[in-house]
Amino acid sequence: MADGNAGAPIEDATSIALEDIDVSNPALWAADSHWPYFARLRKEAPVHYCKASLFGPYWSITKYNDIMAVDTNHQVFSSEAALGGIAIIDQGAELRLPMFIAMDPPKHDAQRKVVSPIVSPMNLATMEPLIRGRVQQILDGLPRGETFDWVDRVSIELTTQMLATLFDFPFEDRRKLTYWSDIATTIPAPGMLVETEEEKLSILMECLGYFTRLWNERVNAPPGGDLISMLAHGESTRNMSPEEYLGNLILLIVGGNDTTRNSISGSVLAMHRNPDEFAKLKANPDLIPSMVSETIRWQTPLAHMRRTALEDFELSGQTIKKGDKVIMWYVSGNRDETVIERPDEYIIDRERPRQHMSFGFGIHRCVGNRLAELQLKIIWEEILARFDRIEVMAEPERVPSPFVKGYLNLLVRIPA
Amino acid sequence: MTKITYVMFDGGERAVDLKTGVNLMQGAVANNIPGIDGDCGGACACATCHIYVDAAWLPKVGPRTAMEDSMLEFAEHVEANSRLACQITVRDELAGMVVRLPEAQH
Repeated sequence: MADGNAGAPIEDATSIALEDIDVSNPALWAADSHWPYFARLRKEAPVHYCKASLFGPYWSITKYNDIMAVDTNHQVFSSEAALGGIAIIDQGAELRLPMFIAMDPPKHDAQRKVVSPIVSPMNLATMEPLIRGRVQQILDGLPRGETFDWVDRVSIELTTQMLATLFDFPFEDRRKLTYWSDIATTIPAPGMLVETEEEKLSILMECLGYFTRLWNERVNAPPGGDLISMLAHGESTRNMSPEEYLGNLILLIVGGNDTTRNSISGSVLAMHRNPDEFAKLKANPDLIPSMVSETIRWQTPLAHMRRTALEDFELSGQTIKKGDKVIMWYVSGNRDETVIERPDEYIIDRERPRQHMSFGFGIHRCVGNRLAELQLKIIWEEILARFDRIEVMAEPERVPSPFVKGYLNLLVRIPA
Repeated sequence: MTKITYVMFDGGERAVDLKTGVNLMQGAVANNIPGIDGDCGGACACATCHIYVDAAWLPKVGPRTAMEDSMLEFAEHVEANSRLACQITVRDELAGMVVRLPEAQH
């Protein structure tokens, strides 16, 4: 995202003029200082216009019900890549791969339908033993009594292994998936992971080449349960163009990478900060599914999704104009005190823990939500079976992005 | 009160009396009937309350809305009688209706 850009200095959230509030400032996200800004917007200007930012002018939608109204109105609020796509930073024209998250119906519905069964609860159930085995191996390999980076050793390793499992991807090459995911989300600039669009494209073509080899292998073998085999044998996908194949692969690699990675790290941080909740979980492991949902709400690993208005629209007293950029701040909707009780607290046995915005709502709702929940469930079942506690040794460094809400590192220690 | 019967995927049945005006997702959640999540709270926005309506009752519940159709696009094993429970509101003429739950909600 906007990594590398320090952003504007942080002003006091209570005294700054309402019209000067810019919650997209990457510095706010690096410092975890966006909370009071959103609290003020929810109270004083729930549908708020920011005239100028690093990403141009945009509307902020900050309350749960307003976000729901935008998210479920795809006739007015488009995800179309050609209009800018689904994040606050406009999708570049140079590299616009067809992927269903950045499409409107009817094309969106047809393509999503192909991918969806791959991450259905029934299909995931058959993968659970394999996933669990890999989780156990990662956890058993962790050091005791010494400080290490949970993000690298567990969160990245686990989500990468999961992706490799899902794709039946050559295991020894699995960090290529992490690399391609990082490439796909990097805005080319001097000093960045890739410096030009051409360089980015050529690496993504290597990715396509690799996956095309896997496709050819699988298409000539009996149908298997992995994602590539399903695509290669699926009636409505076996004739996909290379661009569509690559577009949907990238969507699945990125979608399955950053998000779950940061929720896993977030769960460890949340448990460290809330020892009473951790005690509750240890005493009653049946709370794990509920704790998983609460973690996903509390973390909100994607802070927002973006839409573009296709016509003028009245929302909570404000007029959004045709062509305007509209940001649905899930991170704020998940703290909306008028809908969620004690929203700033981490409570693993909430009454309705699943009623959060982190997966989005409407036709673009996260397709991999069940996989994310399964990974978090397994990892916590296995943590409880092994470790008495995981101590966080320092405040984590955070990603300086208003989109990917996550951690660059999380130093922890498991007592010997 | 209107009697509605939920049939679980394993064949187990739960008959409950629901008030006019509540929807079948709320009715299931309020009665702790497993297999219906209702993550969005009834906004036709998450497709986690997928049910099958027994054929005899289909004419009475009426057709799906366009949004419901779109959301059902990505549920599993969708049939002609698939509906989202949050989009069916209890009223007198549905008395005795039987709905079936899928194996899982996406």
